[in-house]
Amino acid sequence: MSVSPESLRLQMRGISKRYPGCLANDRIDLNIQPGEIHALLGENGAGKSTLMKIIYGVTQPDSGEIVWRGKPVKMRDPAMARSLGIGMVFQHFSLFETLTVAENIALAMGRAAGTPKQLEGRIREVSQRYGMALEPERLVHSLSIGERQRVEIVRCLMQDIELLILDEPTSVLTPQEADELFATLRRLAAEGCSILFISHKLGEVRALCHGATVLRGGKVSGHCVPRDCSDLELARLMVGDAEGLESTYAKVQGGEHFLQVNELSWENADPFGTSLRAINLEVRSGEIVGIAGVAGNGQDELLAMLSGEQLLHKRDAASIRFAGEPVANLRPDARRKLGLAFVPAERLGHGAVPDMSLSDNALLTAFQQGLVSNGLIKRNKVVAFAEEIIRRFAVKTPDAETPAGSLSGGNLQKFILGREIMQKPKLLVAAHPTWGVDVGAAAAIHRALIALRDAGAAILVISEDLDELFQICDRIGALSSGKLSALTDTPSTCQVEVGRWMAGEFGANPSPIDQAAANPAPLS
Amino acid sequence: MDIDLLTNIFYAMVRTGTPLLLVALGELVCEKSGVLNLGQEGMMLFGAVIGFIVAFSTGSLWLGVLLAIAAGMLLSLLFAIVALGFNANQVATGLALTIFGVGLSTFAGAAWVGKPLTGFEPIALPYLSDIPLIGRMLFAQDLLVYLSFALFALVAWVMLKTRIGLIIQAVGENPDAASAMGLPVLRVRTLAVMFGGAMAGLAGSYLSLAYTPMWAENMTAGRGWIALALVVFASWRVFRVLLGAYLFGLASIVHLVAQGIGISVSSNLLAMLPYVATIVVLVLLSRDAIKTRLFAPVSLGKPWQSGH
Repeated sequence: MSVSPESLRLQMRGISKRYPGCLANDRIDLNIQPGEIHALLGENGAGKSTLMKIIYGVTQPDSGEIVWRGKPVKMRDPAMARSLGIGMVFQHFSLFETLTVAENIALAMGRAAGTPKQLEGRIREVSQRYGMALEPERLVHSLSIGERQRVEIVRCLMQDIELLILDEPTSVLTPQEADELFATLRRLAAEGCSILFISHKLGEVRALCHGATVLRGGKVSGHCVPRDCSDLELARLMVGDAEGLESTYAKVQGGEHFLQVNELSWENADPFGTSLRAINLEVRSGEIVGIAGVAGNGQDELLAMLSGEQLLHKRDAASIRFAGEPVANLRPDARRKLGLAFVPAERLGHGAVPDMSLSDNALLTAFQQGLVSNGLIKRNKVVAFAEEIIRRFAVKTPDAETPAGSLSGGNLQKFILGREIMQKPKLLVAAHPTWGVDVGAAAAIHRALIALRDAGAAILVISEDLDELFQICDRIGALSSGKLSALTDTPSTCQVEVGRWMAGEFGANPSPIDQAAANPAPLS
Repeated sequence: MDIDLLTNIFYAMVRTGTPLLLVALGELVCEKSGVLNLGQEGMMLFGAVIGFIVAFSTGSLWLGVLLAIAAGMLLSLLFAIVALGFNANQVATGLALTIFGVGLSTFAGAAWVGKPLTGFEPIALPYLSDIPLIGRMLFAQDLLVYLSFALFALVAWVMLKTRIGLIIQAVGENPDAASAMGLPVLRVRTLAVMFGGAMAGLAGSYLSLAYTPMWAENMTAGRGWIALALVVFASWRVFRVLLGAYLFGLASIVHLVAQGIGISVSSNLLAMLPYVATIVVLVLLSRDAIKTRLFAPVSLGKPWQSGH
């Protein structure tokens, strides 16, 4: 880039950062111009998070230089970054649920917040100017995820901001909400604010960003203008020549119904949780059914129902059936005996016990695989079973005695998924099977799921990643506010339509009653 | 029941509820910041004994109160160093602090048991204290009770209306987010813990210098524990803490009055009344799960360190 350093908003030169056991950033250069929407692309673990923490002053680089508006600066802490005009919207929001929108913003602004009256006025002004509707007096816990993100962004915009960093902002949004966010970002950029947009979704980077820096394995693997590149070119920059990038799998019809969910309703006692409303769903042996949805629309509750973490009363036992047998009142171990395998959303704590070794974790769900006789554990078989999982699913670990908690998220995911698949289940329920997993490993997991399907298992995948669902699922539906849309053959629908379901618009012309039910009144 | 009896019951209700109110207000602030300090009983006892010794030796009640507050703060600082500085388990640390405070106060006060002292005397405000029923309750108390009214108003105002209150609440709900905003989480928590210690010390000195001006081993009689329960069952709401404290006071008085007029129920059963009544009423009040979740400090009792 032939721009003089003085005219750049932010320049990073030769940034390196080493953590024990890995070089997270290796001599990284990054330039952002005023009013530019710049993408930082890369797989999980490529060093994006580290780099953005360095910009925002959360961690300090081991070497390298940050130049802000032509002047070298040492970013001591987030407060300093904010005072320079750098704002950041984290992937996991840093909001206080029991406070109102205005109070959340007041906390971040310090003394500059002024009186509550003045602040409310300014919040309304900013949110209107950028087309992000917000009600300052609402409590944050009653807001949807999209609204919470607006609070985070407005909070940044309340101060004079010159660089806005967004970490995977669309991962929690429906496609429609993402479009609204892009409109806001374009307006901001047009006013001269620079935006650093961190993502691994190629389509949206090409639609939104002026320039891109691509990271791979802690190094810059290329700069490009996303608009002029194809998805495949960008993907190559991100992952090198990994196989399976463009795999398509044949869609199948499946056989007998194995899992049947019939009018499943459940009133959630947790005021911050979601209640399930008359869910109907079947999964046939030999097919993969996908359920899309923005996090917090009932996925966790549905998973707890299916796995048996949440039991129903005996009189409602028939609302969930495995091969015709009522199971909704059975505990997880009884359901596993009937052929269930389960990959929960939380790897640590639900999927695995962090302090226990991989082999012990393998035993925890696979005790029916001949690993126990007369109540005694057959230690050799357990270790052999764990080592088989590690080998077949290419889990990176020193050995089977390593504690589960010391594995990276992606590796542990491969291990948990492998453990479940190796048990040859009749029904596999998997939540976010490739969340936080790199592209190569994700392709391997997809192949394993397809192989399991072709071997005749019924598979239910709950994921927020529409690309993934469209790639592997034979039928697809979406959860919205605890209600499930009708399931449709994947080839006969499209992401835009599923996006509408995710927003609660199930019919072609939703009736006013449906709309009211899909947008419940906020808690008071 | 005649008016005089009721007037006297209300008066005694406030006097009996005051030590509870003071401790519970301190614990409320402490818990709102996300720290569970189970050392209230120990800090109270230490405050009570130090307050008595100082007042007895120097003849100055106020110096006794001041040093009792300092004594409570000293113990709470100890707690803060162990539980916040070294991230020790808060429950275990708090229990240890109570056991330590009980032993320390018994040891320090051994020579002062049963010594007589003229404590704080009630000061009746002219005219106001003659109002029927509530005049004596509100306007014929000793100075420490008046101070407790002021401290209640102060805590309510700070927690509900000020930025400091907002910061304390934020730190107790989501310390990671608060830290990311540049709020000094550990400093806020340490100060909140020390405020709790100061209030416990003050409450202790009220017992030994005003309520029953003397020193006796274990004279707090579990009030520190009741205050802890009060805060939880009041769903961390400051007005309910006041309600609970005075309810406890009222029930304590009712059991004395009942004995006085010769109701033939075992006095042991009657002595349970204040504890049972307070907890039952507050449990009934805190049934609303949504409201309780809204006011509960989410990260209560969870150790936290910066840089994660």
